[in-house]
Amino acid sequence: MSFLIPPVDLVILLPALAIPVLAFVTNYRLGAALNVLFSGLTLAAGVSLLFAERIRTDLIIIDDFNIYLVTLTTFVGFTTSIFSASYIGHELETGRLTPTFLRFYHAMYQAMMVAMNVALVANNVGLMWVGVEVATLSTVMMVGIYRTPEAIEAAWKYFILGSVGIALAFFGTILVYLIAQEVIGEGLPAMAWDTLVANAAKFDAPLLSLAFVFLLVGYGTKVGLAPFHAWLPDAHAEGPTPISAVLSGLLLNVALYALLRFKIVMTGNAATLNVGAIMIVLGLVSLIFAGFMLYRRRDIKRLFAYSSIEHMGIATFAFGMGGPLANFAGLLHMTMHSLTKSAIFFAVGHVAQVKGTQRIAEIGGLSASHPVLAVGFALGAIAIAGLPPFGVFASEFLLVSSTFARAPLLTILLVIGLLISFGALVLRLQDILFGEPKGPVGPVKASYVPLFFHLALVLIAGLWLPEPIVQWFRAVAQQLG
Amino acid sequence: MALTLDLVLQVALQAVQMFLVVLIAPLVLGVTRRVKARIHRRIGPPLMQPYRDLWKLLHKEAVLAHNASWLYRVAPYFVFATTWVAAALVPTYATGLLFSWSADLIALVALLGTARFMLALAGMDIGTAFGGIGASREMMIASLAEPAMLLIVFTVALVAGTTQLSEIAATFVHKSVGLRVSLGLAMFALVFVAVAENARIPIDNPATHLELTMVHEAMVLEYSGRHLAMIEAAAALKLVLYFSLIICLFLPFGMATGEKTAAALTIGIGAYLVKVLVLAALLPIGETSVAKMRVFRYPVFLGGAFAAAALAVFLLFVSRGF
Amino acid sequence: MDKLSFDIAHLLAGSMLVLSFLLLYQDRITAVLNVFALQAIALSLSVAWQSVAQGAPHLIVTALIALIVKGFIIPTALHRIVRRLEIHRGVEQVIGGGPVMLTGLGLVALSILLVQPIKEGASILTREDLAFALAVILLGLLMMITRRNAVTQIVGFMSLENGLVLAATGAKGMPLVVEVSVAFSIIIAFTVFGIFVFRIRERFDTVDVGALDRFRGEQRDQL
Repeated sequence: MSFLIPPVDLVILLPALAIPVLAFVTNYRLGAALNVLFSGLTLAAGVSLLFAERIRTDLIIIDDFNIYLVTLTTFVGFTTSIFSASYIGHELETGRLTPTFLRFYHAMYQAMMVAMNVALVANNVGLMWVGVEVATLSTVMMVGIYRTPEAIEAAWKYFILGSVGIALAFFGTILVYLIAQEVIGEGLPAMAWDTLVANAAKFDAPLLSLAFVFLLVGYGTKVGLAPFHAWLPDAHAEGPTPISAVLSGLLLNVALYALLRFKIVMTGNAATLNVGAIMIVLGLVSLIFAGFMLYRRRDIKRLFAYSSIEHMGIATFAFGMGGPLANFAGLLHMTMHSLTKSAIFFAVGHVAQVKGTQRIAEIGGLSASHPVLAVGFALGAIAIAGLPPFGVFASEFLLVSSTFARAPLLTILLVIGLLISFGALVLRLQDILFGEPKGPVGPVKASYVPLFFHLALVLIAGLWLPEPIVQWFRAVAQQLG
Repeated sequence: MALTLDLVLQVALQAVQMFLVVLIAPLVLGVTRRVKARIHRRIGPPLMQPYRDLWKLLHKEAVLAHNASWLYRVAPYFVFATTWVAAALVPTYATGLLFSWSADLIALVALLGTARFMLALAGMDIGTAFGGIGASREMMIASLAEPAMLLIVFTVALVAGTTQLSEIAATFVHKSVGLRVSLGLAMFALVFVAVAENARIPIDNPATHLELTMVHEAMVLEYSGRHLAMIEAAAALKLVLYFSLIICLFLPFGMATGEKTAAALTIGIGAYLVKVLVLAALLPIGETSVAKMRVFRYPVFLGGAFAAAALAVFLLFVSRGF
Repeated sequence: MDKLSFDIAHLLAGSMLVLSFLLLYQDRITAVLNVFALQAIALSLSVAWQSVAQGAPHLIVTALIALIVKGFIIPTALHRIVRRLEIHRGVEQVIGGGPVMLTGLGLVALSILLVQPIKEGASILTREDLAFALAVILLGLLMMITRRNAVTQIVGFMSLENGLVLAATGAKGMPLVVEVSVAFSIIIAFTVFGIFVFRIRERFDTVDVGALDRFRGEQRDQL
C-alpha cells in the first residue's frame, strides 16, 4: 500500500506538530484531549507502517527490527496519554500541578514522542543519538515538574548522569564513523546502519571494540544497567506517574535498541571482543543487584523502578547470550516488560493518588477499598514477577531453558536473580493488597481501560503469540547473531 | 702548529662564553631594575649600578656571626662557582665549543640543585629564624620546581634525541621542528620554573626584606661584604643562565652552529645580547602585572608548570610517534 | 605545508586541552566562565583550521556556531545568571587541587593510550586530534565530578561537549546534518540547564549541589 504522506514521516511529523499546539492550548482538559488525539493519530501512523512499503534512505530506515518497536512505542504512548488525561485532573485538584505546567507537560510529552520515534526510525547513527538526547532532555524537564526538592534533585541527577552517558555514547558514535569511513568513504553512507552492517567484517576490530565500550557505557546508562543506574529510581519516583510509565516502558527500550543495533554491527566482525560476555555480566549484575534492592524499598514507585532495572538486566543478559532462542526471548521480554510495566504504573499512579502517598507502609488493604484497581494492580504485579500465564513468564522461561542448554552455571545465577525479585514483589504485593485499608478510601476517577488492555495483551502473548510477530522476532533474532 | 692554533682558538671561544655570562649578569640585573622602575613611573638606578654595588661590597668588611661554621664561609664561593660553571656551559652564541660535551641538561639541573642545597644549609647554619624560614621555603619551591624542570628536560630531549645542550640547540636551529605543542607547553613550563627558581614575583620579591615575603633574601640575610658580593653575583648569573636556557632551547636562531667564522660569531654574540636584553626587559613587565602569591599558593603555581611539562611529555608520545 | 597544517591543528587542540586543565583548578566563578569562553574560541579556531586543512567548507558553519553560541552567547548568559544568583563574588571550594590535577594528567595519558590502536591511516590528523578530544572530554567529566556548584558543573559539561565537537570535526567528512543537529541539541541542553539552575536556587536557596544530597532517595529513610 502506498500512502499520500509516508507513514514514516507522519510518525515524526504528527508529534512535532503537536508540540506548539499543546504549548498554546490553555484549557487543560482540551490539552489532555488533544494529547490523546495526537498520540492516537501517531499510533495510526505507526500501525500503518506495518502495511506500507519498507523505506530506506540515508537518514531513515524501516526494517524488521524497528518496525515493531515503532508500533509498540506509539501504542504505549497512546495508552499512556489516556492514563495521563485521567491522572492530571487529580493532580490539578491537589495543586501539585498548575495549568501552565500542564501546557508545558503536554508539549514535552509530545517532544519526547517525536524524539523517540526519530531515534527508532533513524538510519543515521548521529540522528539516532540526537533523538535519544532530546528524549532524555524532555523527560528531564518532566521529572522535575513538581518542583519539590526531591523532584529537582531527581531531575538534576538524571540530567547530569544522562548527559554524561550521552556524551560518551557520542564519542563512541564518532569512533564508529571513523572506522566506517575508512572502509566505506566519507559522508552519510558511512553513518547508515545497513551499510555499517554490510561492511562490518572489514572494520578495524580493536577500534570497534573500543567504540563499543564507549557506547555500552553511554547507552547502558540510559538503559539503567547497574552500575550506571543511579538516576533511575529517583527519576521514576519523583516524576509524574505517566512519565514513569513512559520512561520504563519506552525510553529504556529505545536505549536498548540503540545498543542492539551496535551489537549487530559488532557481531558482523569476528575479531572484536566478546561483547556478549560483557552484556551477560552487566545483565546479571543488574538483575541480582536490583533483586536485592527490591527488599528494602519503602516507596511503591521506587520498587517498580528497581524492577525495571532488573528486567532490563534480564533482557541484556538474553541478548548477551545470543543465538536465536535467547535473542527471541530478549525481544519478547522487551515487549512484554514495556506493556506490563506501563500497566503497573497506570495502576500505581491511581493508587498513589487516592492514598495521597507513595509509601508502601501507608498503603494497605487495597483489595477491600478499591477492588477493581486492586485486581489490576495484582495482575500487573504477578505478571512482572514472572508468573504464568503472562507473557513475561513465557520470555523468562524461554531464556532460562535456552541458557540451561548452553551454560548451566549461568542459569543458576539467572534463576537466583529471578527468584529473589519474585519473593520481594510477592511480599510487597501482600502488604499492599491485604489487611486493613489504610489511608483515604474515597473513590478514584481511574482509567481502567489502558491498564486492563495492556494486561490482556500480555496475557494473550503469554498464551499464544500471533504468527506474524513470531516471524518478526525470528528475523530480528537472526540479525542479532 | 695548526692543531695548537686551533686548540688556542677553541679555548678562547670557550673562555669568551665563560666570561661573557659573568660580565653581562650585573647588566641584565640593571636593565631589569631600570625597566621595572620606569614601569612604576620612577627614574630608577643607572644601568651600571649593580657593577658598582658589587665593587662596593667586595671592598667592605665581611662580618660573621660567632657560631658560623666553615660551611658559612665556604658557601658563597661554592654557590658562585657552581652557578658560574652551569651558566658557562649553556650555549649562548655558538654551539660545539670546547667543553660543550659536558653541557648535559641533567648535569645542569644537578649543578643548580647543589648550589641551592649549599645556600639553604648556609641559611640554617647560624640558627636565626629568618634563615630557617628562607631555607624551608626554598626547599619547598625546589621540591615542586625540580620535577617540572626534569620533565621539561625530558620533553626537549625527546624531541631532539639527546640531552646535550649544544646538540639540542643545533638540532633546533637546523631541523625544522615545527610549531610543536609539546615545545610550546615546555616553554610555558620553563618560564614558570625560571620565575620560581630566580626568586621573582609572583614567587618571591627580590626587593623586599619583610619576613613574610622573603625566600631567597631570607637565606642570605646575614651575609655581608665579599660573601654577599659572591651571592649577589651568583643570583644574577642564575638569572642569565635561565635566560640563556630559554634562548638556547626555544629561540636559538642566530647561533653560530657551523663554521666558526668571524662573521658568524659576531652575529651569534650580537643576537645573544639582543635576546638577553629583550628578555631582561620583558621580565619586569610580567612581574609588574601580577601580585606576589601567598606561600600556600606556590604548589598551585608550580603544579601548573608541572602539569604543562607532563602534558608536553605525554603529547610527545602522541604526535608522530617518538 | 602538510606538516605545518598538522602542527597548527595540534597547537589549537593542545590549547584546548591546556584550557581544560585551567578550568579544573579555577576557584572564582567568573574566571571559570571566562576560561570556558576562551576554550570555545579555541575550539572554533580549531574547527575553522580543520575546515581549511580538510577542504570541507561546511565545517566553517560549525566553527561559527561554536564561536557565536559557545564563545559568546552561553558565557554571556551564564555571567548574567551568576549575577542574578549573586554568586559571582564567592570563592568556590574546589575538591582537592593537587590530586585533581594529577588525576587529570592520568586521564590525558589514558586517552592517549586508548587511541593508540587507530592506525595512521588516510587522515593523519585523526589520531592525535582524537586523543586531544578524548582528553578534553574526560577532563570535562572530571570537572563535573569535582565541582560543588551547579553552574560550574554545567561549565564542565559544556567543556565536555567542546571535546565532542572537536572529535566530530576531526572525523573527516562528518555530514553537516549531524553536526547541526548535535549543535542544536547542545543548545537545548543548555536551555534546560538554565531553567534548572533557577529552580534549584528557588528550592534550595543555594546552587551548591551538596544541598541536593540530602534529598537523594537512598538517604531518605531507606526509601
